[in-house]
Amino acid sequence: MSIILTASNISKQYRLGLVGTGTLNHDLKRWWFRIRGKENPFLKVGAVNDRSAKATENYVWALKNINFEVEKGEVLGIIGKNGAGKSTLLKILSRVTTPSTGEIKTKGRIASLLEVGTGFHPELTGRENIFLNGAILGMTKAEISSKLEEIISFSGCEMFIDTPVKRYSSGMRVRLAFAVAAHLEPDILVIDEVLAVGDAEFQKKAIGKMQDISKTDGRTVLFVSHNMAAVKSLCTRAFVIENGSIVFKGNTDDAVDFYLINNKNEAHVDLNNREDRRGGKDFRFSDISIKDKKGVEQTNLLSGEHYTFDVRFSLKHAKDNIAIRLKFIDNQGVMRFLCNNAFTDTLYSLHETHKGNVSCTIPKLPLPNGEYSLQLTCLTSGGTLDDIENVLIFNVVGGDFFGTGKEQVSKQGVLVENSFLMVNQFKEL
Amino acid sequence: MSVEKDEWLYEISAKKKLIDLNLKELWQYRDLLFLFVKRDIVTVYKQTILGPLWYLIQPLFTSVIFTLVFNNLGNIKTGGIPPFLFNLAGITAWNYFKVCLTETSSTFTKNQNIFGKVYFPRAIMPISVTFSNLLKFGIQLFIFIIFYFYFITWGGYDLTPNSKLVLFPIYVLMMAMLGLGAGMLISSWTTKYKDLNVVVSFAVQLLMYISAVPFPMSEIIEKKPEYSWLLEFNPLAQIVEGFRHITMDSGYFTWWGFLYTLGVSCILFFFGLIVFNRTEKNFIDTV
Repeated sequence: MSIILTASNISKQYRLGLVGTGTLNHDLKRWWFRIRGKENPFLKVGAVNDRSAKATENYVWALKNINFEVEKGEVLGIIGKNGAGKSTLLKILSRVTTPSTGEIKTKGRIASLLEVGTGFHPELTGRENIFLNGAILGMTKAEISSKLEEIISFSGCEMFIDTPVKRYSSGMRVRLAFAVAAHLEPDILVIDEVLAVGDAEFQKKAIGKMQDISKTDGRTVLFVSHNMAAVKSLCTRAFVIENGSIVFKGNTDDAVDFYLINNKNEAHVDLNNREDRRGGKDFRFSDISIKDKKGVEQTNLLSGEHYTFDVRFSLKHAKDNIAIRLKFIDNQGVMRFLCNNAFTDTLYSLHETHKGNVSCTIPKLPLPNGEYSLQLTCLTSGGTLDDIENVLIFNVVGGDFFGTGKEQVSKQGVLVENSFLMVNQFKEL
Repeated sequence: MSVEKDEWLYEISAKKKLIDLNLKELWQYRDLLFLFVKRDIVTVYKQTILGPLWYLIQPLFTSVIFTLVFNNLGNIKTGGIPPFLFNLAGITAWNYFKVCLTETSSTFTKNQNIFGKVYFPRAIMPISVTFSNLLKFGIQLFIFIIFYFYFITWGGYDLTPNSKLVLFPIYVLMMAMLGLGAGMLISSWTTKYKDLNVVVSFAVQLLMYISAVPFPMSEIIEKKPEYSWLLEFNPLAQIVEGFRHITMDSGYFTWWGFLYTLGVSCILFFFGLIVFNRTEKNFIDTV
């Protein structure tokens, strides 16, 4: 395997606040240092890219000392939270901007699937736009001509190919644009899933095409994604970016685990100090945690995986007929499902043990991707003993509920195991 | 796509070369240049009724007004040339420079959407504008030639171009280089300091009046000799006056002035390109 791309000491500095106030002043200072042969004085300052911290300096490092190498033919995943610096890195790789320090050397042409449809002109026909868009993406006219038929048939717009693009539906436009991008033959393909706007079908198509490119053509791919299932199934290696630095490099599974463990909101929540609760003082929830199969605490969950919600409580008096209820609520405030021991187990009778814990196990988490909160309630025949909303917030970041390797996109409801069978089909006489 | 060992295709680095013309890459993207030119030409007048006729109406009306104001009211002498034709010649030459300058001077701000997503040598954009405006210039030149023959045949004027007409392509090149050079400079500076945008439109207006467009250079030398340097060292005045000289054999021409203009054009163009290429690297962070 030969190395096709190396990045050494890549850093990128941005100015906080308004560009313009004091720009001239800083420019003059920079110029004064340069003519004396000194380094840019503002490169020495700069805070770490941590959005939660208060801005204390005028400059911030969006990326700091990024080093990596890419081997020919590998699919490298880049994982990180929003704002970790992934997009900045992509911008540098696709030469939209330059790093503040360091350099990237490459042996191949880099193209990215993120600029689908860039430069489409509404007045030009589909055919003319194929040429224009192809040329913008770096193809020569001859290359486009040789692939024209292929591109047109892939897009499925044969009928409208000589109609101005402004008459196209948005779906057709995306298909045409994607057809052009998919027929690029760069040595290194950069895919930013976050920026790949479009419907679920289009995203699926993009990922499918990516699989083809990497597996059958053996091309090098850099893949940026939030979808851990896609990263796991596609990438051969991955690294995790956090606050502008690479914090983990290694094989994909380890990198995904590292990301999930380190990006928990808070896996273990102490509830003793919560005052916003309903109910008496006899029974109180004291803390809660979510654990995966191995017993490791998690807040970034995968659909279809096995999780245990561990709830601790304290009580003053013995109680009978107790039900513990967990409500799973999405970020729109809609309950997706609930778990209640009254449905699945007997009602509990609690003795004066002062403390105890109860666990609720979900063998196959039925939630699609999204952010959810948990409402915890303890009920008895006499009424509510304790009730806390938003006891913790967790993310479902992907996963493979149905074991099909496809991402489940659903903004409502839950996933339920089911199977389809085409029983018969016949023509009506 | 086999690549030799240790032979990097290109580098993305923080270091900037002092002088970076990037001509090799511009050449690699020549197909894109051609397609941009084609796009501009095809799309500008789509869904207009008069289409390219608009190219004719603007200089003709301007010439009529100039003739009325400067020659009839202001009594400016045009040295035996029909005043209308005199103005039309000046406006034709001036217009090409003007569109090159104004349309390229907002390159970065106007195209930040596409520039923010994909890389190609940015200079392709202003260069394509310069090429596509050649069509406009051609049409305006054509109308100038029609009136030229009209005045010879029906106006009874004795107009002949002189032998320096062979310099005509160089004049066009100089106009393009001046407009493009200045446009690239301004567009580079406007990425940070937006004030320049405001300045450009009215500065171009004013510049026209000190570039000998509505009057011959002889007029100012005669009436206000202390200000004649303003025109003599103004490459645009040299071009406008020179254009009238080679086509109608009148007015002021010196080889010194011609070479001076050529020099200034080249310097401005290359300086503009260098500044532009330096700016393109990370203008997206400041724009």
